[in-house]
Amino acid sequence: MAMAAAAPTVPICHGRRASPCSSKQVSVSVSVAMRAWASKSSSLSSSSSKSPRLVAAHATAVATKEAASTTSSSQGGHELLMFEALREGLSEEMERDPKVCVIGEDVGDYGGSYKVTKGFSEKFGSWRVLDTPIAENSFTGMAIGSAMTGLRPVVEGMNMGFLLLAYNQIANNCGMLHYTSGGQFTIPIVIRGPGGVGRQLGAEHSQRLESYFQSVPGLQMVACSTPYNAKGLMKAAIRCENPVILYEHVLLYNLKEKIPDEEYVCCLEEAEMVRPGTEITILTYSRMRYHVTQAAKTLVDRGYDPEIIDIRSLKPFDMYTIGESVRKTHRVLIVEECMRTGGIGASLRSAIMESFWDELDGPIGCLSSQDVPTPYSGPLEELTVVQPHQIVTAVENLCGKK
Amino acid sequence: MALRQAWQKAGKVLNGGALVSPGSTFARALSTSSDPLTLEIPVPFKGHKVDPPSSTVETSAAELVDFFRTMFVMRRMEIAADSLYKSKFIRGFCHLYDGQEAVCVGMEAALNDKDCIITAYRDHCTHLGRGGTVLEVFAELMGRKDGCSLGKGGSMHMYNKKGGFYGGNGIVGAQTPLGAGLAFAQKYLKVDGVTLAMYGDGAANQGQLFEAMNISALWDLPVIYVCENNHYGMGTAEWRSAKSPEYYKRGDYVPGLKVDGMDCLAVKQAVKFAKEYSLKNGPMVLEMDTYRYHGHSMSDPGSTYRTRDEISGVRQERDPIERIRKLLLSHEFASVADLKAIEKEAKKEVEDALAKAKESPSPDAPELFSHIYRKSYGAEAYGADRKESTVKLP
Repeated sequence: MAMAAAAPTVPICHGRRASPCSSKQVSVSVSVAMRAWASKSSSLSSSSSKSPRLVAAHATAVATKEAASTTSSSQGGHELLMFEALREGLSEEMERDPKVCVIGEDVGDYGGSYKVTKGFSEKFGSWRVLDTPIAENSFTGMAIGSAMTGLRPVVEGMNMGFLLLAYNQIANNCGMLHYTSGGQFTIPIVIRGPGGVGRQLGAEHSQRLESYFQSVPGLQMVACSTPYNAKGLMKAAIRCENPVILYEHVLLYNLKEKIPDEEYVCCLEEAEMVRPGTEITILTYSRMRYHVTQAAKTLVDRGYDPEIIDIRSLKPFDMYTIGESVRKTHRVLIVEECMRTGGIGASLRSAIMESFWDELDGPIGCLSSQDVPTPYSGPLEELTVVQPHQIVTAVENLCGKK
Repeated sequence: MALRQAWQKAGKVLNGGALVSPGSTFARALSTSSDPLTLEIPVPFKGHKVDPPSSTVETSAAELVDFFRTMFVMRRMEIAADSLYKSKFIRGFCHLYDGQEAVCVGMEAALNDKDCIITAYRDHCTHLGRGGTVLEVFAELMGRKDGCSLGKGGSMHMYNKKGGFYGGNGIVGAQTPLGAGLAFAQKYLKVDGVTLAMYGDGAANQGQLFEAMNISALWDLPVIYVCENNHYGMGTAEWRSAKSPEYYKRGDYVPGLKVDGMDCLAVKQAVKFAKEYSLKNGPMVLEMDTYRYHGHSMSDPGSTYRTRDEISGVRQERDPIERIRKLLLSHEFASVADLKAIEKEAKKEVEDALAKAKESPSPDAPELFSHIYRKSYGAEAYGADRKESTVKLP
């Protein structure tokens, strides 16, 4: 890469491992040269124009159908909130395919506890929008059984944490039936619901289930973070032949954004480039995306150039987009809301290390929630979750102070 | 039903070696007559919130012969599986169905291909009844390619999509909500069929069963919950695990029927009745009073929690195959020699299937990664050292 060529005396070069302490020493001298280069390059190529290599990577990483991540269409588009975007996506798919039905608690007459299915009961009838009793284990099992015979159910967990009661059905039947039946049965089910840490909801209503389900073979997992990708991922998940778990976040339902009028579907397995950069790759998903973008403002002010990627696809990881980014920046920071132990960050870290070891200049940083039950008290709850100032500190530690 | 048709197609309607041709009214020849015949069911039905059906059942000689043949094949298959397990061809878990054959055979007589069956792990014979072959069962038990799940499921995961058999489930009770889902789809797609969600006396205490019953009663789903009560949940007798072992009453607001599960004809009558009921009114519970001769599985001798006298007593007095044999002989639909000939044919069929299954190869290494996803994303999957079995997923 150009940087190494410009400073030939620097022992850290790509492809060679340096121990953390030696990298600290050297990085002082390197960072001067780097900073100069970075500011020069950033003044020349501001965020609007991209280097040819980045454009190529971006074009191949993004599906042909999808425009850039948060673009308003040329034909105006319409503004809506995240839960309305989910509703739109679900409604369009239900209109398109009569086999799509919604199963969950209070989804019908009540309109959904987060209003995602408001008006559906009148529109589609009570046979397609089914209000279930409070019996997660059995109604998830029922949905899986009906998916085996050709329906495409969308199961709503009122809170993702309640789906722990259906863990057996999701792990054994949903994930594995396609395999244990030798390919005979397909389970095109979508399981969705809000999860994550909210505003003082207490420990049992603040769970992050992506860490528990990530090792179930046969499942696909995606996390939406903007109205645009919420609608697109909802549609893609319903059309997908594999069982998909769509993770929404309690605090993101009221996000507002303008989305295109024309129909679009996102790619389930793809990550989203939020902010291209050159210095460090920050991988995040769901609500932490917003903490990261907030931290990025501070970072840019201080002269850093972070590349922010919303990984979106939690299983499988979009190693292509991530890899291209790592090859460019050589530093990685993962910011997630999962617990430290056994979270998505833990898996992502080892996946990146395994595939891109030679490209890394230093250890992969990982900021996760604390391994504690989420406390009720407001200040304590804030301490469990990663905050923007912690992200700034982490980037400074990984990239060197400026 | 399917097995019977398969047999008929294969021209297995026997005339026997040295026997008089069928239809002769003088010698005691094997009757293949399908003239209707009415018989009385000796053990009466017991109803819960429903009037039980009549104890007079319509059948025919051909059907009785069919019952005999099918149950005999099933019995031989399970016994062969026993010796396969002891000679380590079958590993892991193996739950044998011998003694309970009348339940799945009687059920099939009342069902058609629009109906679905889902059951627990004691599924080898149920799979056969739904159109599976003995070869598929043996090959799957031994983990070979020709198994019904390509060798990747094993004893507890046998499925037959075409035949409407949804497994084969390892976790006790988890199949009951799946069964409610199958019935839901049948009602949604307006398929004129019912689902039989089978479970055992052990699973009858699972919460998810009651959740499923509640939802299916609420939405009038065409599901019949069939409790195969063999009186022991592994090593625990029913009176030690259930406060109320009257499983046909446990549905409370769901009507139920208690049936002698060792009598094919009683099972057929009950399922026919339940199917008619269910298509109109919603769920029903059928408790099949049955018995298993083997232990819970091959690692359970089956005699530590029950006496050998009990087992041999049931075998002498209530064995389903002997019951049909007595019927056939007493009504002179077949002679002793005829039945021996059928048994010989059945043994041969099972042995041939076994030999063929033994020759079937193990699945190839790339099969490890197939069928994880239905539609995959062009990624690579590889073994632990990245050298063996690298597979490009479709």
